[in-house]
Amino acid sequence: MKRRNLFGLAAALTVATALTGPLAAQEMLKIGAVGPKTGPLAGGGAVTFWPNVQLWAHDVNEAGGIDVGGTKMMVEVIEYDDQTNPGETIKAVQRLATQDEADFILAPYGTGLNIAAAPIFERYGYPMVTHTAISDQIEDLSGKFPNMYFLLGGATGLAGGVIDVLSQMRDAGEIGSSVAMVNVADAFGIELAEAARPQFEAAGFEIVYDSSYPLGTQDLSPVINGARDSNPDAFVAWSYPPDTFGLTEQAQIAGLSPKAFYTAVATAFPSYGARFGAAAEGVLGAGGVFADGDAFKDYAARHEAVTGAKPDFWASAPAYASFQILQQAIEGAGTTDKAAVAEYIANNDFDTIIGPITWDENNSNAKYWTVGQWQGGVFKGVASTGRDGAVAAMPKTGWE
Amino acid sequence: MSLAKRDWQSITLSAVLLAVAACLPLTGDAYMLSIGITIAMYAVLATSWALFSGPTHFISLATAAFFGLGTYTTAIGIENGLNYWVTLPIAAILGAVLAALVGLATLRLSGVYFVIFTLGLAELVRQVVTWGQNVSGQKGLYVLTDITEVHIYLQLLVLGGIVYLTGWAIGRSRLGFALRIIGDDEEVARHSGINTSRAKILLFMVSGATAAVVGSMLAPRYIYIEPALAFTPMLSFLVVIMALLGGTGRLWGPLVGVIPFTLLWEAISASFPNQTTLLLGLSFLVIVYLLPRGFVGLIESGKRKMREREAFA
Amino acid sequence: MDILITGLLLGGTYALIAMGLNLQYGVARIMNLANGEFLVAGGFAAFWFYTAGQVSPLLTIFIVAPLAFGLNWLIYVVMLRPLVKRAKSHGQLEVDAILTTFGLAFVSVGIMLALFGGDYFSYSYLARPITLIGDTYALNRVTAAVAAVIICGGLWLWLNHTRAGMSIRAIAVDPKSARLVGIDVPKLSALAFALGGAVTAMGGALISTFLTLDASTGVMFTLKALVIVIMGGVGDVRGTIVAALLLGILETFVATLIDPGLTLAAAYLLFVLILLFRPQGLFGRRTT
Repeated sequence: MKRRNLFGLAAALTVATALTGPLAAQEMLKIGAVGPKTGPLAGGGAVTFWPNVQLWAHDVNEAGGIDVGGTKMMVEVIEYDDQTNPGETIKAVQRLATQDEADFILAPYGTGLNIAAAPIFERYGYPMVTHTAISDQIEDLSGKFPNMYFLLGGATGLAGGVIDVLSQMRDAGEIGSSVAMVNVADAFGIELAEAARPQFEAAGFEIVYDSSYPLGTQDLSPVINGARDSNPDAFVAWSYPPDTFGLTEQAQIAGLSPKAFYTAVATAFPSYGARFGAAAEGVLGAGGVFADGDAFKDYAARHEAVTGAKPDFWASAPAYASFQILQQAIEGAGTTDKAAVAEYIANNDFDTIIGPITWDENNSNAKYWTVGQWQGGVFKGVASTGRDGAVAAMPKTGWE
Repeated sequence: MSLAKRDWQSITLSAVLLAVAACLPLTGDAYMLSIGITIAMYAVLATSWALFSGPTHFISLATAAFFGLGTYTTAIGIENGLNYWVTLPIAAILGAVLAALVGLATLRLSGVYFVIFTLGLAELVRQVVTWGQNVSGQKGLYVLTDITEVHIYLQLLVLGGIVYLTGWAIGRSRLGFALRIIGDDEEVARHSGINTSRAKILLFMVSGATAAVVGSMLAPRYIYIEPALAFTPMLSFLVVIMALLGGTGRLWGPLVGVIPFTLLWEAISASFPNQTTLLLGLSFLVIVYLLPRGFVGLIESGKRKMREREAFA
Repeated sequence: MDILITGLLLGGTYALIAMGLNLQYGVARIMNLANGEFLVAGGFAAFWFYTAGQVSPLLTIFIVAPLAFGLNWLIYVVMLRPLVKRAKSHGQLEVDAILTTFGLAFVSVGIMLALFGGDYFSYSYLARPITLIGDTYALNRVTAAVAAVIICGGLWLWLNHTRAGMSIRAIAVDPKSARLVGIDVPKLSALAFALGGAVTAMGGALISTFLTLDASTGVMFTLKALVIVIMGGVGDVRGTIVAALLLGILETFVATLIDPGLTLAAAYLLFVLILLFRPQGLFGRRTT
């Protein structure tokens, strides 16, 4: 990983120096980017957010810039570290709006930081296409912040996808109907567990083990042992990055080996596949992409070439797609006027690397990936709320 | 209680400064306002922290516990149909009660044991709150209100004014006198008939209630309330650092720590987005080595020099 | 039985996290808030050697330890000793140490971020089940616990049976009197601080085999280490070990029999209760 990062750094420097030379005189489009480089969410931001900012700027500039009403404008990205602190996110967005006079600002990273920044985006009329905000209050939020759009979906849909996949596997006779469910006791895990419980019940599943564990738990073996002793047909964990790794490793060791094994955030990270190798085969996780589609393959190749790291199989592509939407809206509106661009976003459909995007009445992308599965070293989407390219989920056959 | 000329002077000066600060939103500069909120928030937290920790020399790392408690009180209150303004006094009371309990529990602790006790306590409160949220079936907490940055800023200023008045009144009262003696030598204080426990607990309650109210006031700004953000231990540390950088010997000490520190932080974040943490750390080190007695020490020695020069002239 | 062994294994992890800080705080009197960052750095080293050259983390600790020792020695001599000299009182030193090491923690995070990026680093090492008394456990956790026993045992022997070790214990008890009996307090304080840093970094290398870390996670470990050291009593190796094991067993017990959601709450409750009844920690001495 280290070598890759150094390579990425070197690549970034080359790009930066290549760009500053001849282009400095030309008129630039200032794009703000705020996200965590330090603090609890920094790990996720380093995988999903920052490389895509870099890649998108690279792609745009390599193509000669964004076409704004006939003139091609290069983009210049101004990055700020919000230290995973909502107060800092607000301050940084404010700074971009008033001090740097950014033409547009990319949506921040993570649910809480996005929502904290929403009033500032709203006040200055910046369109805000979020890529990593998961909320069941999309209706309230988009009512209050009309310029706020959601690409990644809501908790109910994410949980619903899991229940659909499990139901299908049960109908195919691959699993029974007992489920062990655990969640990390933080906003994300709590919200998803609450959304999942009634849906499991409605689908006729029996939750045989249901518990939470605190964020930062260093030994998850009691959780896994408890789940194992309930002898479930399916294991579902609404987990965060460090514990997604911990739960998986512990399940291998404790011999918790149900036909359906699901962990949430970070299952779709390339580092998950790299760490568990063949054992990851058949693991279900939050997210997914149309991994066999040319759009994603092409994107993944460029991502690796430009940033030195592979994209994840969930929010990376939507993050890039959200920047694409902004870009297409600027070109479509033919101006850098924020109100015109915001209006264009509201009234148009977009064609992105994750496929066509249309907004529902709550400014939300109603068709999103919900569940993916590691199959043959790739994390493929197996369930979505209307995306093309889903493959069938297969039962997991042990950890070997 | 009669006020001397000096007291009137300082009260007038403080009132004028507060009035000037209150004019900030009138400039219409939203960027300055967002910095102003950061300054006001840390100034109130650090000053109320120093009310207790300054005279007693007890370093508390529990600020995040009170702050988070306030944030959650407002979030849960609004979720259940309470008026925002009602949640503020509730937060203050809860904060004071928690502080009283902590105060009672920590009477026998001293030095680093007290420091880490408060740290552990903050984590305990956070764990209990998240667990409660999980088992109660409460989904994500959203504080969607019409409160704007200007409102939050003015509220913080008012709270700041109250904290200052309280601090000033305590300084003049028997309680303040008692605290100073406790800080110098607790043994002596006890022998001279001062109820040291009562004095310490009262002060800690003031400090805890203030931090809880600050948390309440900021809840509408964060909108989405997560335990990891509301109870972040970083907050406790930053408050201590800023107060100590300023100096805790004077009521205005923390303020002269908070202002330059926040501006420095802002300058570093704005200019070096990739090395923010690194440079922030380096500037701590520089400040500690160059200003061993905080900004208060710097200002006071500056004053002394001026006076000496005047005397010679 | 299962609970006991799992708890002891977790306790071993905690001992690795806290032992270094105990040496640094107990003897050198520096409440090192940058302790967790050294732990993460040790983990980084193990990760890097393992992924780049397939070097076992068990061997990496022999590279990490002297490096961390040297670095911490330098930090103490260059940065902290002037503070010790300058401090007029114990309270003053405490305040200065908090400020300095907090700054140092920020600097370390910044450096690690620049060198390694902010990504999670995780690898699989000895992630195999091992059967002990009829139940299965993770081999990497068992290995780390065994290493914890060796490291703590070695420290205990050294502190109790060598001249330098006994001098260090004397300083932990009373630095003023130690000086009077001809102990070179400044030199041994530096030694203890450096040794603490080395132990922490070794701990980091060992726990990285089963925990996923990133550049910003250090503070989590610092908090845990502070709690364990204080619970056991400052400057006492036994205290730290007992506190670490107690916490490990309690957390496992609560997670298995009551509710995993309450593990950390129970841990901090135990900490708070212990301080209520023994304000100086389990093995601490009553200070005047």
